[in-house]
Amino acid sequence: MTVALFLEQILNGLQLGVMLFLMAAGLTLIFGVMGLINLAHGSLFMVGGFVCAAVAAWTGSFWIGLVASLAAAAALGALVEIIVIRRLYDRDHLDQVLATFALVLMFSEGVRFVFGSFPLYLDPPAFLSGPVTLPGGMLYPAYRLAIIIAGLAVAAGLGLLISRTRLGMQIRAGEADREMIAALGVDIRFLYTVVFALGAALAGFAGALIGAIQSVQIGMGEPVLILAFVVIVIGGIGSIRGALVAALIVGLVDTLGRFLLPTLLANVMEASAARGVGSAIASMLIYLLMAVVLVFKPKGLFPANA
Amino acid sequence: MPEFVTEHRLNILLALILLGGPLVAHFADEPFLVTLATRATILALAGVGLNIALGLGGLVSFGHAAFFGVGGYAVGILASHHQTYEPLMTSPFVINGTNQMLVLWLVAVLVSGLAALVIGALSLRTSGVYFIMITLAFAQMIYYFAISWPAYGGEDGLSIYVRNAFPGLNTLRPLDFFLLCYAVLIVVLLAQWKMTGARFGMALQAVRQNEGRVAALGLSPYRIKLAAFVISGMVTGLAGALYADLNRFVSPTMMSWHLSGEIMVFIILGGVARLFGPVVGACLFVLFEHAFGSVTEHWQFFLGAALLAVVLFARGGFIGLVAGRVRHD
Amino acid sequence: MTEPVLELSGLSKSFGALKVTDAVDLDLRPGEIHALIGPNGAGKSSLIKLVAGELAADAGSIRFDGREISDLDQIERARLGLTRTFQVSSLIPEFSARGNVMFAAQARRKSIFGFFRQVSRDRELIDEAMEALDRVGLSGRAAVRVSELSHGEKRLLEIAMALAMRPRIFLMDEPMAGLGQEGSAKLIGFLDKLRTQAPILLIEHDMDAVFQLADRISVLVSGKIIARGTADEIRNHPEVRTAYLGEDAA
Repeated sequence: MTVALFLEQILNGLQLGVMLFLMAAGLTLIFGVMGLINLAHGSLFMVGGFVCAAVAAWTGSFWIGLVASLAAAAALGALVEIIVIRRLYDRDHLDQVLATFALVLMFSEGVRFVFGSFPLYLDPPAFLSGPVTLPGGMLYPAYRLAIIIAGLAVAAGLGLLISRTRLGMQIRAGEADREMIAALGVDIRFLYTVVFALGAALAGFAGALIGAIQSVQIGMGEPVLILAFVVIVIGGIGSIRGALVAALIVGLVDTLGRFLLPTLLANVMEASAARGVGSAIASMLIYLLMAVVLVFKPKGLFPANA
Repeated sequence: MPEFVTEHRLNILLALILLGGPLVAHFADEPFLVTLATRATILALAGVGLNIALGLGGLVSFGHAAFFGVGGYAVGILASHHQTYEPLMTSPFVINGTNQMLVLWLVAVLVSGLAALVIGALSLRTSGVYFIMITLAFAQMIYYFAISWPAYGGEDGLSIYVRNAFPGLNTLRPLDFFLLCYAVLIVVLLAQWKMTGARFGMALQAVRQNEGRVAALGLSPYRIKLAAFVISGMVTGLAGALYADLNRFVSPTMMSWHLSGEIMVFIILGGVARLFGPVVGACLFVLFEHAFGSVTEHWQFFLGAALLAVVLFARGGFIGLVAGRVRHD
Repeated sequence: MTEPVLELSGLSKSFGALKVTDAVDLDLRPGEIHALIGPNGAGKSSLIKLVAGELAADAGSIRFDGREISDLDQIERARLGLTRTFQVSSLIPEFSARGNVMFAAQARRKSIFGFFRQVSRDRELIDEAMEALDRVGLSGRAAVRVSELSHGEKRLLEIAMALAMRPRIFLMDEPMAGLGQEGSAKLIGFLDKLRTQAPILLIEHDMDAVFQLADRISVLVSGKIIARGTADEIRNHPEVRTAYLGEDAA
């Protein structure tokens, strides 16, 4: 095992981490402000991927595809909020889970109806398609590096948005006390739609970015959604900072676990068995991490309102 | 709302319909319909399990497919060892496979109960939306484990070549197997009915309605909820054991989060906390799937639309529409 | 003098910079009603929560029957026989009045794992519940669902549940709240007799009730006990008059 290989895995872990952050940030914002658990968040991720791939194929430009996916996810998010989600804020979590589960079924079949059952493929823009040479002479795919940078930039932007802008002030007020923002004269219905659309846009953005690494297919958002839940549980619900830290931890633990465990186990058992056992344990690693966090900090690493 | 339609009478009627339908199908020589009813019966049992946690205890578990799958795999693994005559383990003592359903069920119930104990002990430290996310995540963990563990088929699953045996029955005949599953469902429903009116049922319903009060009376809400969660997981695990024999196949799909969602859907379609809610819901689901599935490959879109409509506009589910509000002592 | 059943010393609790309980010493002796009064926000309910174990104290000790119970949680303390009633009725809304009291009787038996015997045929629980309901005058409403009871009836049901717990001490948080004059008068008569069954730590806003019932009164202001004595002593205590009664009379 070389140092370069190890570094590459760390970068892969960071890349997974920023993806998870983009998902978890939207989920945790929506929960923090509206008190809603949204299973359909993964569907918006998927829609982002599909729209980007389709538009990029049609126009020949990744960038137009990316912008289109952001716009489509935000618009769809706003539409869904207005038609369905809005009716769920006063309902209990069971109703929210079931209604958004219903949306997952509808979105998956809807996308299948529009785009067909076959996966779509998306090429990264030409200037990012090759590798870059990192300090130390290591080669790493430029596109993956760009994802990490884009993700961290979005994280910083989101931080600024929430701490410095009027919208951010309203979001913070909404998280602290829902009655209060009404008293501040904020149009809550509009604010909720905006927050939901913002979360949707983040998910769509993540889906579009990931589309150039994996294939774009039905159900691609669901594993990411569940990982994002793990991130939120570890980070503490409602906390953007917690989501960022936990997303990076989960990304790194998952990637490094899959990379290191089979190798480490090979020292104590026969190679093929080590691969089997190692990959099985590695697949459980982040959930075990979540369990440990639950035992010691049931409210997550960065509990909101603390 | 007609006064004479009490929930109790409705339940008896529903039980008779679920029994009568397959009997008619059998004598009309439609074994496929008997098997369809068997599927509905087993899924109903999975829902009955979840309803104990969700309906009575208010524990919105989004991970019950894990127990369904664990129960199924318990059967699949033991049966596969029976088929190959290889013991499951040889030290410190020998455990052989078996094809006896009674033994398989017992193992399935114990193993899924154990899984529920571990998952419940951790996730019940939290509540609300945390609990939903955590149960979902742990179920996903077991799902990924099943996929990446190569010994028992991994992603491809595990076949059971001959349906396991039950004393005095030919389980390969669709009607025999249906009647067996139906009997299990009815026994579990009767037990749940008794439990609901007994001290444990009171404690569990009290916890759902006012946890702080239960603690102030010196009872531990955590223990009550954990016990309910374990019982709930056991029943769903038993359903998984039957499902394995129905399909003669187990695979990680049994643990997918879609299945967790569907089990929850049975409950809302039928009516939350209603004894027969999951039974009605599972039957409606299977009928819906059968009816729409043959018309359009996009039937899940319409399932989603129907579910959304029920959640938004008909929260009592089917039994709520027919029998009205529940009466409690 | 008899040994106190409950003895708090140096009990303190802060939320951030706010001291809600500030080095409180207080005891409760067998057969007495010890009233805790004070203006709104003085920390009376917090004190009850500290004793009941719903809040953990920052410092100080709570001795019950001579035993330190600070480390026990709410459930364990309730099992020892500290039974509290709530300022805002806290009941099981879908159960009937009788169902609520039966559940309290069940809880006193620490009984969870009964799976077959129907409570609707459980004579022991039913008889105990009916007796408790009868004592507070609610037996006629036994079968009514809690959500359909009036406010006053809910207050009485709180008391009936506490009775069914057969506690060693009662912790009562404003039992008279919203009862009306007639209801209060009845309840005063009832609590007056109840003290022989178990002593009562009573938080109450109704001064008439406090002065009629209390053997001793402690006055809590900003988390501190500023005065303690009999009804007459408190009525004439200068600090109390300015800090509390004066404010009330204004």
